[in-house]
Amino acid sequence: MSPDRDISPWLVLAGLGAFHGLNPAMGWLFAVALALHRKSRRVVWLSLIPIAAGHAASIAVAAAAVVALGFVVDRRVLEAAAGIVLLAWALYDAVYGHRHRVRVGMQTGMFGLGTWSFAMASAHGAGLMLVPVLIPLCLAASPAKNLMTADSLPLSLAAVAVHTGAMLVVTAAMAAAVYEWIELAVLRRGWINFDRLWIAALAATGLFLLVRG
Amino acid sequence: MATWQPDPSFYPSPRMAAKAPSEGLAYVAAFDPERKKPDAIAVVDVDPRSKTYSEIVGEVRMPNAGDELHHFGWNACSSCLCPNAPHPHMERRYLVVPGLRSSRLHIIDTKPDARQPKIVKVIEPEEIAEKAGYSRIHTIHCGPEGIYVNALGNAQGKRPGGIFLLDPESFEVLGKWEIDRGPQELAYDFWWHLGHDTMVTSEWGTPDTFEDGLVPEVLLGSQYGRRLHFWDLHRRKHLQEIDFGKEYQLVFELRPAHDPTKAYGFVGCVISLADLSSSIWTWYREGGKWAVKKVIEIPAEPADADDLPPVLKGFKAVPPLVTDIDLSMDDRFLYVSCWGTGDMQQYDVSDPMKPKLTGKVRIGGIVARASHPKARNGALNGGPQMVEISRDGKRVYFTNSLYGAIDPQFYPEGIDGWMVKLDVGDKGGIDFDKNFFVDWPKGHRPHQVRLQGGDCSSDSYCYP
Repeated sequence: MSPDRDISPWLVLAGLGAFHGLNPAMGWLFAVALALHRKSRRVVWLSLIPIAAGHAASIAVAAAAVVALGFVVDRRVLEAAAGIVLLAWALYDAVYGHRHRVRVGMQTGMFGLGTWSFAMASAHGAGLMLVPVLIPLCLAASPAKNLMTADSLPLSLAAVAVHTGAMLVVTAAMAAAVYEWIELAVLRRGWINFDRLWIAALAATGLFLLVRG
Repeated sequence: MATWQPDPSFYPSPRMAAKAPSEGLAYVAAFDPERKKPDAIAVVDVDPRSKTYSEIVGEVRMPNAGDELHHFGWNACSSCLCPNAPHPHMERRYLVVPGLRSSRLHIIDTKPDARQPKIVKVIEPEEIAEKAGYSRIHTIHCGPEGIYVNALGNAQGKRPGGIFLLDPESFEVLGKWEIDRGPQELAYDFWWHLGHDTMVTSEWGTPDTFEDGLVPEVLLGSQYGRRLHFWDLHRRKHLQEIDFGKEYQLVFELRPAHDPTKAYGFVGCVISLADLSSSIWTWYREGGKWAVKKVIEIPAEPADADDLPPVLKGFKAVPPLVTDIDLSMDDRFLYVSCWGTGDMQQYDVSDPMKPKLTGKVRIGGIVARASHPKARNGALNGGPQMVEISRDGKRVYFTNSLYGAIDPQFYPEGIDGWMVKLDVGDKGGIDFDKNFFVDWPKGHRPHQVRLQGGDCSSDSYCYP
């Protein structure tokens, strides 16, 4: 049985993908910087591959966790637990978000860049933010025992793909625009505090899950 | 203290920072060589339109005496815009002020009143020793992992000296920076090439060899520092050591190119045991390793033994004693403080391997005692020492004291503090601003200068 044809969860996934892509801390700025250092336009485009791959991997971990827990835990419990984790993550980011060890620098290769993207997305709870959409999508075929026969795997993969695709499009557009046309001086006023928006989004998502549960 | 937009004093690149507005205030570390009354951070008005131009308009005193305030820095700077570790919504607000002798660290808030900063936190030496294993803290830089503080001694005041990290928001001591220090034992200065993931450190000596002044036997035995160390900035691992050789002693201030794509920098060596000259060396990449080349040599000047302090009488010469250097934001001009002879020299280093002398002024000096148009007594002592350049490269400020225990070895009658300013010509050339002379209040001597909003040794950049 396929789930209902409601497209709104897909729009939410894509919208959050665009939001993640817009954040300079998720990759487009790194792509621009690496291209400036290596004096090569090609580097802008090449960098997008590991940035997207790292981000997708981080989202996939969240989706896999939702599906796996969906086997063993009642959906209401899962939602409540996810809500608490989200609130805790928001609090952690607010207090300690600035304190991450820096392991990847300007001399990084493509593998390092992918690892960086995975670490940035994970540390910021990018996948967690999608949980309220992933739960109904990936666990659509409740009760849980029917999961494997239902569309969980392809739906989860599709969710990761839609989110990452939207993120990649926005990342590419930002990187190309800033590398080609917009002076980096735009950062001085235009770099709004995504961390605050991000923490608010995590907290709101967590509350939503708790209240709905 | 997070904000919605980046701090307006953060610039992505040195090119953009060079267009920053002129500074209105300078913060100057001032210490009591007698160690009886507390040291202070003085606030000097450097706005030529102001009625109190060239005057000390504010001051914050330390809670203890005997700190010997040294190379302080900001809690946050332009490196917050780096793409790999962005923290763009910090404020450049707190001065992090180390006491070299006391190992005490002071956090000073420059808001809401930049002219009357306030101490908001003091970190005692015991905490630094316990959490980081270091003492005799010396230099501060804001960078990718927060605030970097270096120290010349370990917790027991012996070798090795090194670097520790401080949280840029809570100002908690986070711990030792090095994961693998290799052969490095001595410390003096440190900075980095953000574009090349490389940290560079230099060498002075262990506290027991300088806290009572320079020890002639140690110096003549070439036992003070003479090496550069290159590190992987992110893996925190020692990569390479370069020994200048036993002729060279005291390898001090490090000035890497501001342009993060460039892999070269300048370091000053205070004295050659062969002829008392000072030298400037360029470090650069060669065949996948770092290399150095001596690019400037400043000779000692012959002098009458009667005019010299005891330590120099036998040599019948004044050594230049290059104890600080500073590089303009566009990496074009290098300023060289000759604390012994009294010269402040300006070199065009557009070609870092072939510097050209483009300007020179003389003030103070062991023998010269050169004066300043606005000085009253006509014979100044001390010499050009800690030097700072405005971001636009048009103004240069410097003070005249080196270190409480060393000052009397070269200026036995004591040092009367002063701070002066140079104006820089569009194509180079330097001259005194005749209206700027701070006759430093007795009881304190001025040392490091920091300019409001940032200067040429406070910030590092990730974009060219």
